[in-house]
Amino acid sequence: MTMSDDAVGVLRVIRAGPLALLQDAGRFGVRRLGVTQGGPADLHAWAWANHLLGNSWGTAALEIALGGLEMVAEDDMVLALCGADLGTTLDEVPVPCWQVVTIAAGQRLCFGSPRDGVRAYLAVAGGFLAEPVLGSVACVSREGLGGHDGQGRALAADDRLRVDRSCQASAREHYKGRQVPVEERIDYRNPARLSLMPGAQIADFSGASLFAAFNRPWHVDARADRMGVRLKGPRLRCRLGTMISEGIPLGAVQVPADGQPIVLLNDRQTIGGYPRLGALTPLACARLAQCQPGQEVRLVAEAPQRAQEDYRRFRRRFGVTPTLGDASPR
Amino acid sequence: MSRELPLPRLEHAGIDAWLVRLFNEIDEANMPWLTALMRRCETTFGAALVDMVPSYTTLLVHYDPLALSSHEARRYLETALSGLAPDEEGGRAAVKELPVWYDDSVGPELERLERVSGLDRAGVIEAHCAHEYRVFALGFAPGFAFMGSVDERLAVPRLETPRQRVPAGSVAVTGRQTAAYPRLSPGGWNLIGRTSAILFDRQREGFSLLRVGDRVRFVSIDRVEFERLGGDLSPVEERS
Repeated sequence: MTMSDDAVGVLRVIRAGPLALLQDAGRFGVRRLGVTQGGPADLHAWAWANHLLGNSWGTAALEIALGGLEMVAEDDMVLALCGADLGTTLDEVPVPCWQVVTIAAGQRLCFGSPRDGVRAYLAVAGGFLAEPVLGSVACVSREGLGGHDGQGRALAADDRLRVDRSCQASAREHYKGRQVPVEERIDYRNPARLSLMPGAQIADFSGASLFAAFNRPWHVDARADRMGVRLKGPRLRCRLGTMISEGIPLGAVQVPADGQPIVLLNDRQTIGGYPRLGALTPLACARLAQCQPGQEVRLVAEAPQRAQEDYRRFRRRFGVTPTLGDASPR
Repeated sequence: MSRELPLPRLEHAGIDAWLVRLFNEIDEANMPWLTALMRRCETTFGAALVDMVPSYTTLLVHYDPLALSSHEARRYLETALSGLAPDEEGGRAAVKELPVWYDDSVGPELERLERVSGLDRAGVIEAHCAHEYRVFALGFAPGFAFMGSVDERLAVPRLETPRQRVPAGSVAVTGRQTAAYPRLSPGGWNLIGRTSAILFDRQREGFSLLRVGDRVRFVSIDRVEFERLGGDLSPVEERS
Protein backbone atom coordinates (compact mmCIF):
# COMPACT_ATOMS: atom_id res chain seq x y z
CA MET A 1 0.00 0.00 0.00
CA THR A 2 1.45 3.37 -0.90
CA MET A 3 1.47 5.63 2.09
CA SER A 4 4.05 8.16 3.19
CA ASP A 5 6.47 6.92 5.84
CA ASP A 6 5.22 9.17 8.62
CA ALA A 7 1.71 7.82 8.12
CA VAL A 8 2.91 4.28 8.75
CA GLY A 9 3.46 2.73 12.16
CA VAL A 10 5.66 -0.32 12.52
CA LEU A 11 5.53 -3.51 14.54
CA ARG A 12 8.97 -5.06 14.21
CA VAL A 13 9.62 -8.79 14.50
CA ILE A 14 12.44 -9.75 16.85
CA ARG A 15 11.89 -13.52 16.81
CA ALA A 16 9.40 -15.19 14.46
CA GLY A 17 8.40 -18.45 16.13
CA PRO A 18 7.29 -21.47 14.07
CA LEU A 19 4.56 -19.94 11.91
CA ALA A 20 3.07 -16.46 11.92
CA LEU A 21 1.10 -15.52 8.80
CA LEU A 22 -0.88 -12.52 7.67
CA GLN A 23 -4.42 -13.56 6.76
CA ASP A 24 -7.41 -11.72 5.37
CA ALA A 25 -10.68 -13.58 4.64
CA GLY A 26 -9.02 -15.58 1.87
CA ARG A 27 -8.35 -15.60 -1.85
CA PHE A 28 -11.49 -16.10 -3.92
CA GLY A 29 -12.38 -16.20 -7.60
CA VAL A 30 -9.14 -17.90 -8.71
CA ARG A 31 -9.63 -21.46 -7.47
CA ARG A 32 -10.30 -22.57 -11.05
CA LEU A 33 -6.61 -21.78 -11.64
CA GLY A 34 -5.52 -24.16 -8.91
CA VAL A 35 -5.06 -21.35 -6.38
CA THR A 36 -6.11 -22.33 -2.89
CA GLN A 37 -8.37 -20.37 -0.54
CA GLY A 38 -6.06 -19.47 2.34
CA GLY A 39 -7.49 -17.23 5.06
CA PRO A 40 -7.70 -17.75 8.81
CA ALA A 41 -7.77 -21.36 9.99
CA ASP A 42 -9.93 -20.21 12.92
CA LEU A 43 -12.50 -17.91 11.36
CA HIS A 44 -14.23 -17.32 14.70
CA ALA A 45 -11.23 -15.95 16.62
CA TRP A 46 -9.95 -14.00 13.59
CA ALA A 47 -13.37 -12.36 13.11
CA TRP A 48 -13.61 -11.36 16.77
CA ALA A 49 -10.10 -9.88 16.84
CA ASN A 50 -11.00 -7.59 13.93
CA HIS A 51 -14.47 -6.85 15.26
CA LEU A 52 -13.19 -5.65 18.64
CA LEU A 53 -11.39 -2.84 16.78
CA GLY A 54 -14.22 -1.97 14.44
CA ASN A 55 -12.31 -3.39 11.46
CA SER A 56 -14.54 -4.46 8.60
CA TRP A 57 -14.90 -8.12 7.62
CA GLY A 58 -11.86 -9.31 5.70
CA THR A 59 -9.29 -7.02 7.33
CA ALA A 60 -5.84 -8.62 7.48
CA ALA A 61 -4.73 -9.88 10.90
CA LEU A 62 -1.86 -12.06 12.08
CA GLU A 63 -2.37 -15.77 12.66
CA ILE A 64 0.20 -16.95 15.18
CA ALA A 65 0.52 -20.73 15.44
CA LEU A 66 2.14 -22.27 18.52
CA GLY A 67 3.59 -18.99 19.85
CA GLY A 68 7.28 -18.16 19.92
CA LEU A 69 6.75 -14.77 18.25
CA GLU A 70 8.32 -11.67 19.74
CA MET A 71 7.71 -8.17 18.41
CA VAL A 72 8.47 -4.63 19.43
CA ALA A 73 6.22 -1.67 18.64
CA GLU A 74 7.96 1.32 17.09
CA ASP A 75 4.81 3.41 17.50
CA ASP A 76 1.78 3.51 19.79
CA MET A 77 -0.89 1.16 18.54
CA VAL A 78 -4.18 -0.48 19.40
CA LEU A 79 -4.32 -4.26 18.99
CA ALA A 80 -6.78 -7.04 19.75
CA LEU A 81 -5.84 -10.56 20.77
CA CYS A 82 -8.20 -13.53 20.34
CA GLY A 83 -8.07 -17.30 20.00
CA ALA A 84 -5.51 -19.57 21.62
CA ASP A 85 -3.87 -18.69 24.91
CA LEU A 86 -0.20 -18.69 23.98
CA GLY A 87 1.02 -17.23 27.26
CA THR A 88 1.30 -13.77 25.75
CA THR A 89 3.09 -10.98 27.63
CA LEU A 90 3.58 -7.26 27.14
CA ASP A 91 6.88 -6.19 28.70
CA GLU A 92 6.70 -9.42 30.68
CA VAL A 93 3.23 -8.69 32.08
CA PRO A 94 0.64 -11.29 31.04
CA VAL A 95 -1.86 -10.09 28.44
CA PRO A 96 -5.32 -11.64 28.67
CA CYS A 97 -6.83 -13.06 25.52
CA TRP A 98 -10.15 -12.00 23.86
CA GLN A 99 -9.66 -8.28 24.36
CA VAL A 100 -8.19 -5.04 23.10
CA VAL A 101 -4.56 -4.37 24.03
CA THR A 102 -3.04 -0.90 23.81
CA ILE A 103 0.67 -0.84 23.30
CA ALA A 104 3.12 2.07 23.48
CA ALA A 105 6.17 2.67 21.32
CA GLY A 106 9.07 0.59 22.63
CA GLN A 107 6.95 -2.09 24.29
CA ARG A 108 7.60 -5.75 23.59
CA LEU A 109 4.82 -8.22 22.82
CA CYS A 110 5.91 -11.79 23.35
CA PHE A 111 4.05 -15.02 22.60
CA GLY A 112 5.05 -18.04 24.71
CA SER A 113 3.74 -21.53 24.07
CA PRO A 114 0.22 -22.99 23.73
CA ARG A 115 -1.75 -23.42 26.95
CA ASP A 116 -5.20 -23.63 25.40
CA GLY A 117 -5.63 -23.95 21.64
CA VAL A 118 -3.07 -23.62 18.86
CA ARG A 119 -3.54 -20.33 17.01
CA ALA A 120 -3.82 -16.79 18.32
CA TYR A 121 -5.04 -13.87 16.20
CA LEU A 122 -3.61 -10.41 16.52
CA ALA A 123 -5.51 -7.61 14.82
CA VAL A 124 -4.57 -3.93 14.69
CA ALA A 125 -6.88 -0.95 14.31
CA GLY A 126 -7.24 -0.36 10.58
CA GLY A 127 -5.54 -3.65 9.73
CA PHE A 128 -1.99 -4.54 8.74
CA LEU A 129 -0.96 -2.94 5.45
CA ALA A 130 0.07 -5.22 2.62
CA GLU A 131 -0.28 -5.33 -1.15
CA PRO A 132 -2.97 -7.81 -2.23
CA VAL A 133 -1.83 -10.57 -4.58
CA LEU A 134 -4.53 -12.09 -6.81
CA GLY A 135 -7.03 -10.02 -4.84
CA SER A 136 -5.96 -11.01 -1.34
CA VAL A 137 -3.17 -10.71 1.23
CA ALA A 138 -3.87 -14.23 2.55
CA CYS A 139 -0.45 -15.81 3.03
CA VAL A 140 0.01 -19.21 1.37
CA SER A 141 3.67 -20.20 1.54
CA ARG A 142 3.34 -23.24 -0.73
CA GLU A 143 2.06 -21.02 -3.55
CA GLY A 144 4.34 -18.07 -2.82
CA LEU A 145 1.32 -15.77 -2.66
CA GLY A 146 0.26 -13.04 -0.23
CA GLY A 147 1.50 -12.17 3.23
CA HIS A 148 3.25 -9.02 4.37
CA ASP A 149 5.79 -9.22 1.51
CA GLY A 150 3.48 -10.52 -1.23
CA GLN A 151 5.68 -13.61 -1.70
CA GLY A 152 3.84 -15.89 0.71
CA ARG A 153 6.56 -15.73 3.32
CA ALA A 154 5.86 -16.44 6.98
CA LEU A 155 7.12 -13.78 9.37
CA ALA A 156 10.87 -13.76 9.99
CA ALA A 157 13.14 -11.80 12.32
CA ASP A 158 13.53 -8.13 11.34
CA ASP A 159 10.32 -8.06 9.30
CA ARG A 160 8.43 -4.84 9.73
CA LEU A 161 4.66 -5.04 9.83
CA ARG A 162 3.07 -1.81 8.72
CA VAL A 163 -0.03 -0.24 10.24
CA ASP A 164 -1.98 2.94 9.50
CA ARG A 165 -0.95 5.42 12.21
CA SER A 166 -3.98 7.62 11.73
CA CYS A 167 -6.28 4.83 12.92
CA GLN A 168 -4.53 4.35 16.26
CA ALA A 169 -5.47 7.48 18.19
CA SER A 170 -9.19 7.28 17.46
CA ALA A 171 -9.21 3.53 18.11
CA ARG A 172 -7.71 4.10 21.53
CA GLU A 173 -10.60 6.39 22.33
CA HIS A 174 -13.32 4.12 20.93
CA TYR A 175 -12.18 0.57 21.54
CA LYS A 176 -9.89 0.57 24.58
CA GLY A 177 -11.04 -2.02 27.12
CA ARG A 178 -13.35 -3.83 24.70
CA GLN A 179 -13.70 -7.56 25.26
CA VAL A 180 -15.35 -10.49 23.55
CA PRO A 181 -18.53 -11.51 25.45
CA VAL A 182 -17.75 -14.42 27.76
CA GLU A 183 -20.17 -16.79 26.00
CA GLU A 184 -18.28 -16.27 22.72
CA ARG A 185 -14.90 -17.24 24.16
CA ILE A 186 -14.05 -20.87 23.54
CA ASP A 187 -12.22 -23.14 25.93
CA TYR A 188 -10.32 -25.19 23.38
CA ARG A 189 -9.34 -27.81 25.96
CA ASN A 190 -12.90 -29.14 26.02
CA PRO A 191 -13.72 -32.06 23.69
CA ALA A 192 -14.86 -30.60 20.39
CA ARG A 193 -18.13 -31.53 18.69
CA LEU A 194 -17.67 -30.95 14.98
CA SER A 195 -20.74 -30.50 12.78
CA LEU A 196 -20.46 -32.49 9.58
CA MET A 197 -22.82 -32.22 6.62
CA PRO A 198 -23.03 -35.67 5.03
CA GLY A 199 -21.95 -35.71 1.40
CA ALA A 200 -22.76 -37.53 -1.81
CA GLN A 201 -20.59 -40.60 -1.12
CA ILE A 202 -21.93 -41.22 2.37
CA ALA A 203 -23.90 -44.27 1.22
CA ASP A 204 -20.74 -45.87 -0.17
CA PHE A 205 -19.35 -46.30 3.35
CA SER A 206 -20.23 -49.47 5.23
CA GLY A 207 -22.97 -49.24 7.85
CA ALA A 208 -20.51 -50.13 10.58
CA SER A 209 -18.16 -47.40 9.42
CA LEU A 210 -20.90 -44.80 9.47
CA PHE A 211 -21.94 -45.85 12.95
CA ALA A 212 -18.34 -45.60 14.08
CA ALA A 213 -17.78 -42.25 12.38
CA PHE A 214 -20.57 -40.57 14.33
CA ASN A 215 -20.45 -42.51 17.59
CA ARG A 216 -16.83 -43.14 18.37
CA PRO A 217 -14.26 -40.63 19.57
CA TRP A 218 -11.61 -39.41 17.13
CA HIS A 219 -8.19 -38.12 18.04
CA VAL A 220 -6.32 -35.33 16.30
CA ASP A 221 -3.13 -36.66 14.73
CA ALA A 222 0.21 -34.87 14.89
CA ARG A 223 -0.01 -34.56 11.10
CA ALA A 224 -2.08 -31.38 11.20
CA ASP A 225 -1.44 -28.16 9.35
CA ARG A 226 -3.25 -25.51 7.36
CA MET A 227 -3.82 -27.95 4.49
CA GLY A 228 -5.54 -30.56 6.58
CA VAL A 229 -5.93 -32.39 9.86
CA ARG A 230 -5.76 -36.16 10.07
CA LEU A 231 -8.03 -37.92 12.55
CA LYS A 232 -7.14 -41.22 14.21
CA GLY A 233 -9.78 -43.74 15.16
CA PRO A 234 -11.71 -46.71 13.82
CA ARG A 235 -10.82 -47.66 10.27
CA LEU A 236 -13.56 -46.46 7.90
CA ARG A 237 -14.35 -48.62 4.90
CA CYS A 238 -15.73 -47.30 1.64
CA ARG A 239 -16.54 -49.35 -1.42
CA LEU A 240 -15.17 -46.60 -3.65
CA GLY A 241 -11.42 -46.56 -4.16
CA THR A 242 -10.08 -43.42 -5.69
CA MET A 243 -12.40 -41.33 -7.81
CA ILE A 244 -11.89 -38.92 -10.67
CA SER A 245 -10.57 -35.74 -9.05
CA GLU A 246 -13.14 -33.06 -8.33
CA GLY A 247 -13.30 -29.68 -6.59
CA ILE A 248 -12.88 -29.90 -2.83
CA PRO A 249 -14.81 -27.57 -0.53
CA LEU A 250 -13.50 -26.25 2.79
CA GLY A 251 -13.90 -28.83 5.56
CA ALA A 252 -14.21 -31.82 3.21
CA VAL A 253 -13.63 -35.03 5.18
CA GLN A 254 -11.81 -37.30 2.78
CA VAL A 255 -11.10 -40.92 3.54
CA PRO A 256 -8.07 -42.45 1.82
CA ALA A 257 -7.44 -46.19 1.60
CA ASP A 258 -6.06 -46.41 5.15
CA GLY A 259 -9.53 -45.50 6.46
CA GLN A 260 -8.33 -42.57 8.57
CA PRO A 261 -10.15 -39.36 7.65
CA ILE A 262 -8.41 -36.11 6.74
CA VAL A 263 -10.29 -32.85 7.18
CA LEU A 264 -9.20 -30.43 4.47
CA LEU A 265 -8.72 -26.85 5.61
CA ASN A 266 -7.88 -23.45 4.12
CA ASP A 267 -4.67 -24.31 2.27
CA ARG A 268 -5.94 -27.62 0.79
CA GLN A 269 -5.36 -28.51 -2.82
CA THR A 270 -8.24 -27.35 -4.97
CA ILE A 271 -9.12 -30.79 -6.39
CA GLY A 272 -8.87 -34.32 -5.04
CA GLY A 273 -10.05 -37.84 -5.66
CA TYR A 274 -10.77 -39.58 -2.37
CA PRO A 275 -14.31 -40.46 -1.28
CA ARG A 276 -15.67 -38.12 1.37
CA LEU A 277 -17.92 -38.50 4.36
CA GLY A 278 -19.06 -34.93 3.76
CA ALA A 279 -17.84 -31.53 4.89
CA LEU A 280 -17.44 -29.86 8.25
CA THR A 281 -19.15 -26.50 8.64
CA PRO A 282 -16.85 -23.44 8.55
CA LEU A 283 -17.20 -22.99 12.31
CA ALA A 284 -16.39 -26.67 12.91
CA CYS A 285 -13.23 -26.18 10.80
CA ALA A 286 -12.38 -23.18 12.96
CA ARG A 287 -12.83 -25.26 16.10
CA LEU A 288 -10.74 -28.14 14.75
CA ALA A 289 -7.92 -25.73 13.87
CA GLN A 290 -7.53 -25.04 17.61
CA CYS A 291 -7.23 -28.71 18.63
CA GLN A 292 -3.85 -29.91 19.77
CA PRO A 293 -2.50 -33.31 18.67
CA GLY A 294 -4.06 -36.10 20.72
CA GLN A 295 -7.14 -34.08 21.55
CA GLU A 296 -10.51 -35.86 21.31
CA VAL A 297 -13.15 -34.73 18.82
CA ARG A 298 -16.58 -36.08 17.89
CA LEU A 299 -18.31 -35.84 14.53
CA VAL A 300 -21.97 -34.82 14.62
CA ALA A 301 -24.20 -35.01 11.56
CA GLU A 302 -25.89 -31.73 10.68
CA ALA A 303 -28.41 -30.75 8.01
CA PRO A 304 -26.98 -28.28 5.46
CA GLN A 305 -29.86 -25.80 5.87
CA ARG A 306 -29.31 -25.58 9.59
CA ALA A 307 -25.55 -25.23 9.12
CA GLN A 308 -26.13 -22.41 6.69
CA GLU A 309 -28.45 -20.63 9.16
CA ASP A 310 -25.81 -20.95 11.89
CA TYR A 311 -23.22 -19.45 9.58
CA ARG A 312 -25.47 -16.57 8.59
CA ARG A 313 -26.13 -15.82 12.26
CA PHE A 314 -22.38 -15.84 12.90
CA ARG A 315 -21.69 -13.45 10.02
CA ARG A 316 -24.53 -11.08 10.93
CA ARG A 317 -22.88 -10.43 14.27
CA PHE A 318 -19.99 -8.86 12.38
CA GLY A 319 -22.20 -6.43 10.54
CA VAL A 320 -22.27 -8.08 7.16
CA THR A 321 -25.27 -7.56 4.94
CA PRO A 322 -26.10 -9.73 1.94
CA THR A 323 -24.66 -8.52 -1.34
CA LEU A 324 -27.84 -9.29 -3.26
CA GLY A 325 -31.32 -8.12 -2.43
CA ASP A 326 -33.47 -10.44 -4.46
CA ALA A 327 -33.02 -14.13 -4.90
CA SER A 328 -34.49 -14.79 -8.28
CA PRO A 329 -32.31 -16.24 -11.03
CA ARG A 330 -31.37 -13.79 -13.75
CA MET B 1 -22.45 -33.78 -33.01
CA SER B 2 -23.25 -32.84 -29.46
CA ARG B 3 -24.07 -35.57 -27.05
CA GLU B 4 -27.02 -35.49 -24.74
CA LEU B 5 -26.15 -34.80 -21.11
CA PRO B 6 -26.69 -38.11 -19.32
CA LEU B 7 -26.69 -36.54 -15.90
CA PRO B 8 -26.49 -33.83 -14.38
CA ARG B 9 -26.69 -34.53 -10.71
CA LEU B 10 -26.54 -31.80 -8.09
CA GLU B 11 -24.71 -32.76 -4.91
CA HIS B 12 -24.67 -30.71 -1.75
CA ALA B 13 -21.05 -29.84 -1.02
CA GLY B 14 -21.23 -27.50 1.97
CA ILE B 15 -22.98 -24.43 3.34
CA ASP B 16 -21.93 -22.45 0.27
CA ALA B 17 -21.35 -24.96 -2.51
CA TRP B 18 -23.00 -27.37 -4.92
CA LEU B 19 -21.16 -29.90 -6.99
CA VAL B 20 -22.61 -30.38 -10.47
CA ARG B 21 -21.81 -33.87 -11.73
CA LEU B 22 -22.14 -33.86 -15.51
CA PHE B 23 -20.32 -37.03 -16.56
CA ASN B 24 -19.10 -40.33 -15.16
CA GLU B 25 -16.02 -40.82 -17.30
CA ILE B 26 -13.03 -38.73 -18.31
CA ASP B 27 -13.42 -37.60 -21.90
CA GLU B 28 -11.97 -34.69 -23.86
CA ALA B 29 -15.48 -34.05 -25.15
CA ASN B 30 -16.66 -33.25 -21.60
CA MET B 31 -14.77 -30.00 -21.50
CA PRO B 32 -16.89 -27.81 -23.85
CA TRP B 33 -19.88 -28.69 -21.66
CA LEU B 34 -18.07 -27.66 -18.49
CA THR B 35 -16.83 -24.37 -19.91
CA ALA B 36 -20.31 -23.61 -21.23
CA LEU B 37 -21.78 -24.26 -17.79
CA MET B 38 -19.21 -21.97 -16.19
CA ARG B 39 -20.25 -19.07 -18.40
CA ARG B 40 -23.91 -19.79 -17.70
CA CYS B 41 -23.21 -19.73 -13.95
CA GLU B 42 -21.43 -16.39 -14.23
CA THR B 43 -24.53 -14.87 -15.79
CA THR B 44 -27.04 -16.58 -13.55
CA PHE B 45 -25.34 -16.03 -10.19
CA GLY B 46 -23.83 -12.63 -10.94
CA ALA B 47 -22.26 -11.09 -7.82
CA ALA B 48 -23.34 -14.06 -5.68
CA LEU B 49 -20.83 -16.32 -7.44
CA VAL B 50 -17.71 -16.77 -5.30
CA ASP B 51 -15.66 -19.46 -7.05
CA MET B 52 -15.89 -22.31 -9.54
CA VAL B 53 -13.71 -25.39 -9.78
CA PRO B 54 -14.15 -27.33 -13.02
CA SER B 55 -12.50 -30.76 -13.02
CA TYR B 56 -12.77 -33.59 -15.58
CA THR B 57 -16.44 -34.47 -15.06
CA THR B 58 -17.71 -32.01 -12.46
CA LEU B 59 -18.09 -28.34 -11.62
CA LEU B 60 -17.94 -27.19 -8.01
CA VAL B 61 -19.85 -23.93 -7.62
CA HIS B 62 -19.29 -21.72 -4.58
CA TYR B 63 -21.84 -19.01 -3.94
CA ASP B 64 -22.21 -16.31 -1.29
CA PRO B 65 -24.23 -17.95 1.49
CA LEU B 66 -25.28 -14.54 2.81
CA ALA B 67 -26.89 -13.72 -0.53
CA LEU B 68 -28.47 -17.08 -1.38
CA SER B 69 -29.91 -19.98 0.54
CA SER B 70 -28.78 -23.38 -0.64
CA HIS B 71 -32.25 -23.89 -2.08
CA GLU B 72 -32.00 -20.67 -4.09
CA ALA B 73 -28.53 -21.58 -5.29
CA ARG B 74 -29.89 -24.91 -6.48
CA ARG B 75 -32.59 -23.15 -8.48
CA TYR B 76 -29.92 -20.92 -10.05
CA LEU B 77 -28.00 -24.01 -11.10
CA GLU B 78 -31.10 -25.60 -12.57
CA THR B 79 -31.61 -22.42 -14.57
CA ALA B 80 -27.99 -22.47 -15.74
CA LEU B 81 -28.29 -26.12 -16.76
CA SER B 82 -31.56 -25.88 -18.66
CA GLY B 83 -30.98 -26.04 -22.38
CA LEU B 84 -27.20 -26.14 -21.89
CA ALA B 85 -25.24 -26.65 -25.11
CA PRO B 86 -21.49 -27.29 -25.36
CA ASP B 87 -19.18 -24.47 -26.40
CA GLU B 88 -18.58 -24.32 -30.13
CA GLU B 89 -15.23 -25.69 -31.19
CA GLY B 90 -14.67 -24.43 -34.76
CA GLY B 91 -11.21 -22.93 -34.14
CA ARG B 92 -12.69 -20.18 -31.97
CA ALA B 93 -10.10 -20.54 -29.25
CA ALA B 94 -6.59 -20.91 -30.66
CA VAL B 95 -4.61 -23.97 -29.75
CA LYS B 96 -1.94 -22.97 -27.24
CA GLU B 97 1.56 -24.16 -28.06
CA LEU B 98 4.15 -25.02 -25.44
CA PRO B 99 7.74 -25.12 -26.76
CA VAL B 100 9.60 -28.03 -25.16
CA TRP B 101 13.26 -29.02 -25.10
CA TYR B 102 13.19 -32.82 -24.81
CA ASP B 103 16.53 -33.89 -23.33
CA ASP B 104 17.84 -36.33 -20.72
CA SER B 105 19.28 -33.52 -18.60
CA VAL B 106 15.86 -31.96 -18.05
CA GLY B 107 13.80 -35.08 -18.78
CA PRO B 108 15.43 -38.02 -17.01
CA GLU B 109 12.45 -40.33 -17.67
CA LEU B 110 12.70 -40.08 -21.45
CA GLU B 111 14.59 -43.37 -21.30
CA ARG B 112 11.87 -44.99 -19.26
CA LEU B 113 9.30 -43.98 -21.87
CA GLU B 114 11.45 -45.41 -24.64
CA ARG B 115 11.71 -48.67 -22.74
CA VAL B 116 8.00 -48.93 -21.98
CA SER B 117 6.78 -47.87 -25.42
CA GLY B 118 9.39 -49.63 -27.52
CA LEU B 119 9.74 -46.39 -29.48
CA ASP B 120 13.03 -44.65 -30.09
CA ARG B 121 13.75 -41.14 -28.81
CA ALA B 122 12.31 -39.44 -31.87
CA GLY B 123 9.26 -41.68 -31.70
CA VAL B 124 8.54 -40.78 -28.07
CA ILE B 125 8.85 -37.07 -28.78
CA GLU B 126 6.69 -37.37 -31.85
CA ALA B 127 4.02 -39.28 -29.95
CA HIS B 128 3.98 -36.62 -27.22
CA CYS B 129 3.81 -33.77 -29.73
CA ALA B 130 1.32 -35.34 -32.11
CA HIS B 131 -1.79 -35.03 -30.01
CA GLU B 132 -3.80 -31.90 -29.39
CA TYR B 133 -4.45 -32.18 -25.67
CA ARG B 134 -7.32 -30.83 -23.68
CA VAL B 135 -6.95 -29.25 -20.21
CA PHE B 136 -9.12 -31.31 -17.85
CA ALA B 137 -8.43 -29.47 -14.61
CA LEU B 138 -6.07 -27.09 -12.84
CA GLY B 139 -4.88 -28.12 -9.42
CA PHE B 140 -1.97 -29.32 -7.28
CA ALA B 141 -0.41 -25.85 -7.69
CA PRO B 142 -1.46 -22.54 -9.26
CA GLY B 143 -1.40 -22.95 -13.04
CA PHE B 144 -0.70 -26.72 -13.00
CA ALA B 145 -2.86 -28.10 -15.83
CA PHE B 146 -3.81 -31.76 -16.04
CA MET B 147 -4.00 -32.54 -19.76
CA GLY B 148 -4.99 -35.56 -21.78
CA SER B 149 -5.16 -37.91 -23.24
CA VAL B 150 -1.61 -39.09 -23.82
CA ASP B 151 -0.92 -41.77 -26.46
CA GLU B 152 -1.47 -45.07 -24.67
CA ARG B 153 1.98 -46.29 -25.70
CA LEU B 154 3.46 -43.57 -23.47
CA ALA B 155 1.32 -44.42 -20.44
CA VAL B 156 3.61 -45.08 -17.47
CA PRO B 157 2.80 -45.02 -13.76
CA ARG B 158 4.03 -42.37 -11.34
CA LEU B 159 7.51 -42.64 -9.89
CA GLU B 160 7.65 -44.84 -6.81
CA THR B 161 9.56 -42.15 -4.95
CA PRO B 162 8.49 -38.61 -5.81
CA ARG B 163 11.21 -36.00 -6.31
CA GLN B 164 11.48 -33.32 -3.65
CA ARG B 165 12.46 -30.69 -6.21
CA VAL B 166 10.98 -30.65 -9.68
CA PRO B 167 12.19 -27.52 -11.52
CA ALA B 168 9.73 -24.98 -12.93
CA GLY B 169 8.82 -25.69 -16.55
CA SER B 170 9.35 -29.46 -16.26
CA VAL B 171 7.12 -31.31 -18.71
CA ALA B 172 5.87 -34.61 -17.38
CA VAL B 173 3.60 -37.56 -18.03
CA THR B 174 1.83 -40.08 -15.83
CA GLY B 175 -0.74 -42.55 -17.02
CA ARG B 176 -2.60 -40.94 -19.91
CA GLN B 177 -2.03 -37.42 -18.62
CA THR B 178 0.61 -34.79 -19.20
CA ALA B 179 1.43 -31.51 -17.47
CA ALA B 180 4.07 -28.84 -16.94
CA TYR B 181 5.17 -27.71 -13.47
CA PRO B 182 4.61 -23.95 -13.03
CA ARG B 183 7.09 -23.57 -10.17
CA LEU B 184 9.68 -25.53 -8.26
CA SER B 185 7.78 -28.11 -6.24
CA PRO B 186 7.80 -31.75 -5.18
CA GLY B 187 6.40 -34.11 -7.80
CA GLY B 188 6.05 -37.76 -8.76
CA TRP B 189 5.46 -37.54 -12.52
CA ASN B 190 7.88 -38.76 -15.19
CA LEU B 191 9.95 -35.85 -16.49
CA ILE B 192 10.57 -35.83 -20.25
CA GLY B 193 11.54 -32.25 -21.06
CA ARG B 194 11.20 -28.61 -20.15
CA THR B 195 9.18 -25.73 -21.52
CA SER B 196 10.35 -22.14 -21.69
CA ALA B 197 6.75 -20.95 -21.28
CA ILE B 198 5.86 -19.14 -18.08
CA LEU B 199 2.84 -21.05 -16.85
CA PHE B 200 1.77 -18.85 -13.98
CA ASP B 201 2.50 -15.15 -13.75
CA ARG B 202 0.84 -12.89 -11.21
CA GLN B 203 1.42 -9.87 -13.51
CA ARG B 204 -0.36 -11.47 -16.46
CA GLU B 205 -4.01 -10.82 -17.19
CA GLY B 206 -5.76 -13.99 -16.04
CA PHE B 207 -2.56 -15.19 -14.29
CA SER B 208 -2.49 -18.73 -15.69
CA LEU B 209 -1.31 -19.51 -19.23
CA LEU B 210 -3.61 -22.51 -19.36
CA ARG B 211 -7.28 -22.76 -18.46
CA VAL B 212 -9.68 -25.63 -18.14
CA GLY B 213 -10.99 -26.57 -21.57
CA ASP B 214 -7.99 -25.15 -23.46
CA ARG B 215 -6.50 -27.09 -26.36
CA VAL B 216 -2.75 -27.49 -26.05
CA ARG B 217 0.01 -28.77 -28.27
CA PHE B 218 3.66 -29.41 -27.35
CA VAL B 219 6.26 -28.33 -29.90
CA SER B 220 9.74 -29.84 -29.86
CA ILE B 221 12.57 -27.28 -29.94
CA ASP B 222 16.34 -27.65 -29.70
CA ARG B 223 18.61 -26.43 -26.98
CA VAL B 224 19.59 -23.26 -28.81
CA GLU B 225 16.00 -22.24 -29.35
CA PHE B 226 15.11 -23.17 -25.76
CA GLU B 227 17.89 -20.97 -24.47
CA ARG B 228 16.92 -18.15 -26.80
CA LEU B 229 13.37 -18.28 -25.41
CA GLY B 230 14.75 -17.87 -21.90
CA GLY B 231 14.46 -21.53 -20.85
CA ASP B 232 16.24 -22.75 -17.72
CA LEU B 233 19.07 -25.12 -18.71
CA SER B 234 19.94 -26.36 -15.24
CA PRO B 235 19.70 -30.14 -15.14
CA VAL B 236 17.28 -31.99 -12.86
CA GLU B 237 19.06 -32.73 -9.59
CA GLU B 238 18.76 -36.38 -8.71
CA ARG B 239 18.59 -37.63 -5.12
CA SER B 240 17.66 -34.16 -3.97
